[in-house]
Amino acid sequence: MSLISRYKLRLARKRWLIRAFRKRHELRPVVLRTGQIAPSDMLIFTTMRNERVRLPFFLKYYRDLGVNHFLIVDNDSDDGSREYLAEQDDVSLWTTKHSYKRSRFGVDWLNWLQRKYADGHWTLVVDPDEFFVYPFCDTRPLRALTDWLDASSIKSFSAMLLDMYPKGPFDVMPYHEGQNPFEIVQYFDSGNYSFIRNSKFGNLWIQGGPRARMFFANNPERAPALNKIPLVKWSRKYAYVSSTHMLLPRGLNQVFDVWGGEKASGCLLHAKFLDTFAAKAEEEMRRHQHYANSHEYRAYREALAVEPDLWCKFSEKYINWRQLEILGLMSKGNWA
Amino acid sequence: MSVGIVLLCHTALDRAAQVARHWAERNCPVVIHVDIRVTKPAYQRLFDALSDLGNVQFSARHACEWGTWGIVAATQDACALMLSTFREVRHVFLASGSCLPLRPVEEMVAYLDQRPRTDFIESVTTEDVGWTIGGLDFERFTLRFPFSWRKQRWFFDRYVKLQRRVGFRRKIPTGTVPHMGSQWWCLTRQTLSAILESPDRPEIDRYFRKVWIPDESYFQTLVRQVSTNVESRSLTLSKFDFQGKPHIFYDDHLQLLRRSDCFVARKIWPHADLLYDAFLTRAGQGQAAAEPNPGKINRLFTKAVERRTKGRAGLIMQSRYPNENWENGRTLAPYSVFQGFSDIFENFEPWLGKVAGTRAHGHLFAPDKVHFAGEEDEYNGALPNSSALRNYNPRSFLTNLIWNTRGERQCFQFGPGDDQTICWFMACDPNAQISVITGAWAVPLFKSNANFGDIRRQAALLQKIELEHLSILRSPYAKARVQIWPLADFVENPMAPLQSVIDEISPRAMHRLTEAPRLTDLTGFGQFLQNLRNQGMQPVLMGDFPADFGAPTSTGRRGRPYLVK
Repeated sequence: MSLISRYKLRLARKRWLIRAFRKRHELRPVVLRTGQIAPSDMLIFTTMRNERVRLPFFLKYYRDLGVNHFLIVDNDSDDGSREYLAEQDDVSLWTTKHSYKRSRFGVDWLNWLQRKYADGHWTLVVDPDEFFVYPFCDTRPLRALTDWLDASSIKSFSAMLLDMYPKGPFDVMPYHEGQNPFEIVQYFDSGNYSFIRNSKFGNLWIQGGPRARMFFANNPERAPALNKIPLVKWSRKYAYVSSTHMLLPRGLNQVFDVWGGEKASGCLLHAKFLDTFAAKAEEEMRRHQHYANSHEYRAYREALAVEPDLWCKFSEKYINWRQLEILGLMSKGNWA
Repeated sequence: MSVGIVLLCHTALDRAAQVARHWAERNCPVVIHVDIRVTKPAYQRLFDALSDLGNVQFSARHACEWGTWGIVAATQDACALMLSTFREVRHVFLASGSCLPLRPVEEMVAYLDQRPRTDFIESVTTEDVGWTIGGLDFERFTLRFPFSWRKQRWFFDRYVKLQRRVGFRRKIPTGTVPHMGSQWWCLTRQTLSAILESPDRPEIDRYFRKVWIPDESYFQTLVRQVSTNVESRSLTLSKFDFQGKPHIFYDDHLQLLRRSDCFVARKIWPHADLLYDAFLTRAGQGQAAAEPNPGKINRLFTKAVERRTKGRAGLIMQSRYPNENWENGRTLAPYSVFQGFSDIFENFEPWLGKVAGTRAHGHLFAPDKVHFAGEEDEYNGALPNSSALRNYNPRSFLTNLIWNTRGERQCFQFGPGDDQTICWFMACDPNAQISVITGAWAVPLFKSNANFGDIRRQAALLQKIELEHLSILRSPYAKARVQIWPLADFVENPMAPLQSVIDEISPRAMHRLTEAPRLTDLTGFGQFLQNLRNQGMQPVLMGDFPADFGAPTSTGRRGRPYLVK
């Protein structure tokens, strides 16, 4: 990589940070408990809109992993999410009525909050429907992973997005508040992912899974990206470029081994396809607040008209992280 | 007689206190060294926590940066204090604050009592160690290392390079033969005092001060000069990964650690409550006389390092994306590619499935869609049959298919009518078995009901594509096992080539083929080729078909299955 292109990336990073700085006024604090954050705490950053029914399980899942504090941006919810979150002892909450799209889908807001609060912390940036699974997550808390990453001088940890879906139409089993969504969305695609290396940012571009198979079979390059780097030992100099797909400096995107070995990695189980999905897709279409002219949601809405069933006879039923490891979706690397 | 424990601590002091108390309460005197970089309040807390114990002492504090002399100096001071304060100590056991005793202390004392003159210390000559990191083994003893490896890596590396270039070598003190080994040892009073009280010690220390990672070589070298009975192994179970840092034990290692019968394990995660609880507060009886047996744990960690350095062959995933030719196997398992066979045999796929004991796919790379066996919409791993998705990344498609069908050999048809982007990938894959009947694509054209002008154009195109593919298969870079037959030779005697192909797919079948697939009727094919020539297109790939090949005058056996007796 030439000096010039390296310098260009540096400028790009600065630009994203300046943009985040400018967008900081869009965030209005609701409850700030950031004073509670201890130097070694693990933090979660998330933006959300109208996710009230999902929140209890989301918070519980990550509290059980050992996350200490949640920093959440509420994008103008009107279903009680804001009030619910404001009551939680380990949540700091901001709200905004500004455009999700123009904050680059929340990235600018979170880049700012991370710059301000996450310096030196292990941070996990996830959506309320994403659940982090890592090697040994059934026996070792998240702190064991981050301690090991620290000892190994690893600063970023990859977790591919794994779309989970039910058998049959999405609305057959309604989701109840507090319920584990993976009692409903139990299935995933185990081996139809496409991997392409992005030479500019040095990350992998992963596409595939049920969404590519059902909604983008004739339009593969538009299928949503599944590569994610959600767990990072944050520094105020870092910036997410596009969702959590890639970051700058680009060294943080080097979460894969190129000499044939396997680095440790996890998965983000994606509980998107619950019965709430149809209403969500409808709303997002109206709001036009999603990526690339909401073409993703447009494709969903067209497909939803015929009650799609993502399940096929080769769908895999989720058991645990070891299953994902054996299937080659994630790896223990040299963590044993 | 008793065993004295020297504890080197720098983090997780609460755990260190817990372990020190465990030793001390079981009549093993403890000397603790705390890194000087630990804050005063933290040190004071540790001191207070152990103040009720009479047989715990604190030694002079040094800065213990990894790879530097400080660790040795700390060990020396602590050992000297141990030997002078606790006269009853016969063995001194060096441990760290993150070590955990796995077996009852009495068992270890008894074990050492039975071996009163044995020094347990891993001590290997530099030629024989395979685990040094950074390629510095003997040079540790002959170069100078004034820069910190952790904080001043650039200067460290440059200075080593400079010394190599100018041929600088330090003189090793006479009588010293460098040995290396694990930092964690257990030495007898006699040996240890001989090392510490040696008249040459100032000179030796001066030399080792500038040696790289002296904690792995100081005692390991000197013990060879004074000890009568060196047992070159460490009593501490400690495994290192490929970066040279110790593997860490967690709660889920409990059973493994229990069964290892090792006395002490390093390194324990400070928050592994279950381990500390199991081995310290509820320490039970093990097998009294069992020798340490860390085999299972060794295997576990060896496998982990292998996964990190070699990975699973044929797997492309989010954290494994090898550079080209570094894959250690582009695909997981052997697979067979058939070009032209389904054009000249009428029932080739079912036949192949039967004799090879697998499901044979159609043209996986066909332009309209992926023709999986049985024309499935999806295949293993939920691989879809969309040609657009496949063409988006044909490499991923093929590696996925082979990975998803682990344990079952994949066979599929290929041809010049298919998407050709995958050709180079397959040709360079040692797992690919590619069998080609050249020119067989002309048979469907011959049978088709198209206008001859279109047939001629189509034939010219397919011939061009196949020629290109053949040049790939014959290139010096190709690693696939390739067999190529011209159509004319193949139809002359199809059984021998078929037998050789099938033998390779299932080498253990051992039986001769008894049933051949049905060869399509080629009556008039020779004339068809002649017609192409007459129209100005030169078919070169079919081999020598006489113009009257397959004319009605021939034997009339065509179209029947071959029977082999």
